[in-house]
Amino acid sequence: MPEAPLLQVRDLTVSFATRQGPLRAVDGLSFDVGQKEIVGIVGESGSGKSVAIYSMLGLVREKNVTITGSVLFEGREILGIGDKELQPIRGGSIGMIFQDPMTALTPVYTVGWQLVEQIRQHLHLPKAAARQRAIELLGQVGIPDPKSRVDRYPHEFSGGMRQRVVIAMALSCNPRLLIADEPTTALDVTTQAQILDLMLKLQDTFDSSIVIITHDMGVIAEMAHRVVVMYAGRPVEIAPELELVRRPRHPYTWGLLDAVPRLDAKHERLRTIRGNAVSPLNLPPGCAFAPRCDYVMDQCAQRPPLHGSLDHVDACWLSGEQRVTIRSAVEEHS
Amino acid sequence: MGAFVLLVFIVTACLLAPIYAHHLAHENPFTSNLNGTIRLGNKTVNVLQANTQGLGLGVTPIGPTWHFSTYFLGADSQGRDVFARLLYGGRTSLLIGFISAVICCVIAAVLGLASGYFGGAVDWLISRLFDIVWAFPIYLLAISLSVVLLTSGLNIAFIHIQAGSLVLPILIIAAVFVPYVGRPIRGLVMSLKEREFIQAAIGAGASDFHILRKEILPNVMPSIIVFFPLMVAFNMLTESALSFLSIGVQPPAASWGTIINDGLDLLYTRPWVAMAPGIMIVITAGALNVLGDGFRDAFDPKAKLRGSI
Amino acid sequence: MFYFIIRRFASAVLVLFAISVSVFLIFFATPGVDPAARIAGRSASAQVLAHVAREFGLNRPLPIRYWLMMEHLFFKQDLTSYVNIGVRVVPQITQAAPITLSLVIGAAVIWMIVGVLGGVVAAANQGKFIDPFIMFIGIAAVSVPAYWLGEVMNLLTQSKFHSSIFAWVPPPGYVSFTTSPGEWFLHLLFPWLTLAALYAGIYARVLRAELVNALNEDYVRTARAKGLSERRILFRHALRCSLISIVSLFGLDFGALIGGAALLTEVVFGLPGVGMLTYTSLQNLDLPVIMGCVMYGAFFVVLANAVVDVLYAYLDPRVRLA
Repeated sequence: MPEAPLLQVRDLTVSFATRQGPLRAVDGLSFDVGQKEIVGIVGESGSGKSVAIYSMLGLVREKNVTITGSVLFEGREILGIGDKELQPIRGGSIGMIFQDPMTALTPVYTVGWQLVEQIRQHLHLPKAAARQRAIELLGQVGIPDPKSRVDRYPHEFSGGMRQRVVIAMALSCNPRLLIADEPTTALDVTTQAQILDLMLKLQDTFDSSIVIITHDMGVIAEMAHRVVVMYAGRPVEIAPELELVRRPRHPYTWGLLDAVPRLDAKHERLRTIRGNAVSPLNLPPGCAFAPRCDYVMDQCAQRPPLHGSLDHVDACWLSGEQRVTIRSAVEEHS
Repeated sequence: MGAFVLLVFIVTACLLAPIYAHHLAHENPFTSNLNGTIRLGNKTVNVLQANTQGLGLGVTPIGPTWHFSTYFLGADSQGRDVFARLLYGGRTSLLIGFISAVICCVIAAVLGLASGYFGGAVDWLISRLFDIVWAFPIYLLAISLSVVLLTSGLNIAFIHIQAGSLVLPILIIAAVFVPYVGRPIRGLVMSLKEREFIQAAIGAGASDFHILRKEILPNVMPSIIVFFPLMVAFNMLTESALSFLSIGVQPPAASWGTIINDGLDLLYTRPWVAMAPGIMIVITAGALNVLGDGFRDAFDPKAKLRGSI
Repeated sequence: MFYFIIRRFASAVLVLFAISVSVFLIFFATPGVDPAARIAGRSASAQVLAHVAREFGLNRPLPIRYWLMMEHLFFKQDLTSYVNIGVRVVPQITQAAPITLSLVIGAAVIWMIVGVLGGVVAAANQGKFIDPFIMFIGIAAVSVPAYWLGEVMNLLTQSKFHSSIFAWVPPPGYVSFTTSPGEWFLHLLFPWLTLAALYAGIYARVLRAELVNALNEDYVRTARAKGLSERRILFRHALRCSLISIVSLFGLDFGALIGGAALLTEVVFGLPGVGMLTYTSLQNLDLPVIMGCVMYGAFFVVLANAVVDVLYAYLDPRVRLA
């Protein structure tokens, strides 16, 4: 019997009112995150992945924004409930890791001070106990000599170390859900692998679910149980990771997967998706991917809804047989 | 942007002063008019009238007539038309403020660029120069220089500037504010130098001069443009302070500062003489500040989202 | 850190030396000027002129002249004014200093409170009416010539409304604290307000700009994601980071003012502080006093610069390594 999902997002839409007209950064996003599950959200820059997540936690502070839809966390609606109600959840039940570790920490306070601040905000521990916990956490995320490093300032840590501190902060109050926004994009490849490993290990220890946002299919393959593919603010395919890699349905997903260079391929040009990313101000009325799609049909002038079987949905008019034909043709050429 | 319009209005009004001031004032606003008379309504009244209050001694100039054609704001202790002097004085104040701001920004830009780009000994020297000039409380330095130079003029080698010339306050005020603009420019150039596109240009073999002109200068221009209206405002305020102390603009020339000074004796009886130039200064400097803010917001795309006045 | 402090103060001494040389050159070496006449003041007899020439070695090379002047000023401390014959310069300055101190400290308290409050309120309420309103007042405050504002204050309190609202305002002048605290306060109230107005405007605007920048930084977003209250974020994170530049600015302004930069305010309100002393000595071309005042002022400015640099390192940990 499936448990109730930890996070249920339905029809999330985020729109900014600009001088050039309404800018839809997120357009009808729906997905679930189960207990102890890792969900990856993948898409190009500008696909609305980060905005969607920030809007859930009320972190979008622009005055000209309109957010609609529903976000149920542990069965409770958290969209639009206001700062006061969100504060216990932020950092308490939901922890966040941000993209750029170099600027994520307040420069004038020590790392320990910032950890303790969060711990005392949610767990109401006395100072000494909070500090002890902070030191423990630093150790758990792999920072050497945590007893002395806890009193150091952020600028005294390298990028990778700072990201570990941010992860420690995010996990400090035993959150049920951890959201990571491109946590390794700003780091070099070796550190990237270490951080991802760390996150997997911690997820096991702390029993939390993770939502990881990335543009890197490699990270998806490494981490995710399930994947949400986004394009132009819309979800175009949602599937378990293995399914997605083996039997992708949406042409955009094909493009993403094909673009990953393979070691066993013959020397040939890198496959790219033709055209440029669409501007959220000029969304076509039908399928957003149509202008760049090699298989566009007349029907694509109508926006395709998310449909499919229980686990695997996609937003494309192509039928099953059409897909099989296309993909086998592609595979022959590669 | 309303500030811009306001400024343009003020500037043109003052610049055109000589043309229409003649119509406004009956007499030359620069010469004394102790015995002059004007027509008010049907009567002919003395411009300087006998005191009726106090001890009944001495004379008091007439107050504002609120008629555009004659003594709109009244007369000062020399019988001169305050409004006309206000317009002429505005020309002087604006001229000094503007020109010294130009000189200041140009010198500061050159020094800042040289200091930030070449580093080493050049930087050390220029930075120490900035330190010294800036360490003088501004007014003290300006006042000291003015005191020394104004009484005897400046005579160095081939440079001969007469004592009463307007050039002296302009140069002094410009010099005093050079570090204020120069230091930030130096900081900006130093951080620009580290950026990749400069490294690329150097790697491509571009000459220093070329880099300075083509790469660095365009990136420094926005800062200079933002500074400029602020400097005009500062310089105007400084000039008015110096003139107020009688070491800025010298008579018979007038500026808003000298008019305020003239109006001090009349402060309690004919407050308008001192009040009007002050109000003009506030409006002009305020408009310049708003303009400066406007420039800054225009160059900083993120600022549009935040908004301020 | 220690080494940093030493280096900083060493260069401060160097700058002071350079300033003393500059002042000396301005007053004694400007071409076309007769130093003896300048020192002796405007209406000096031939005897005084000859005496002055000997005293200051005006027939000797420039460096010796400089040294003699410095010696009189600092070491022997017997530099006397040649306008007020026989009155020593240094005691004049030390007598005037407490008055300037009273003026500046009082005004500083007012402007910091008003300025910081204004900046915080404006930044916390961006976009609402009170934000541009406060900024408008700030711009107005910055555009007003301080001496003019003082005169207007005088106009209002001494003349126009003297019989009605402002009957309690005493005439311009100074009453020391030890003589009568009440009178001391009343005499200083309007000078405080006048001097504070300008700076409060500047500080409110600078703080608002800094705070708005800080509030858009990533670390504020992290703080919010940690579940902290908006108030805590504003004060403990954004303000703490913005205060760094405000404190530096304050240090520089305070130093300059103590050194006599408030001279216009003092003159307008009749307070016999260092600024007033500088002003009268300039009017009378009383060179020894001018030298003394300028050195006094410069000393504080340079000191303030050095202190601010050190303080900056303390407040912003990132600077310490540099």
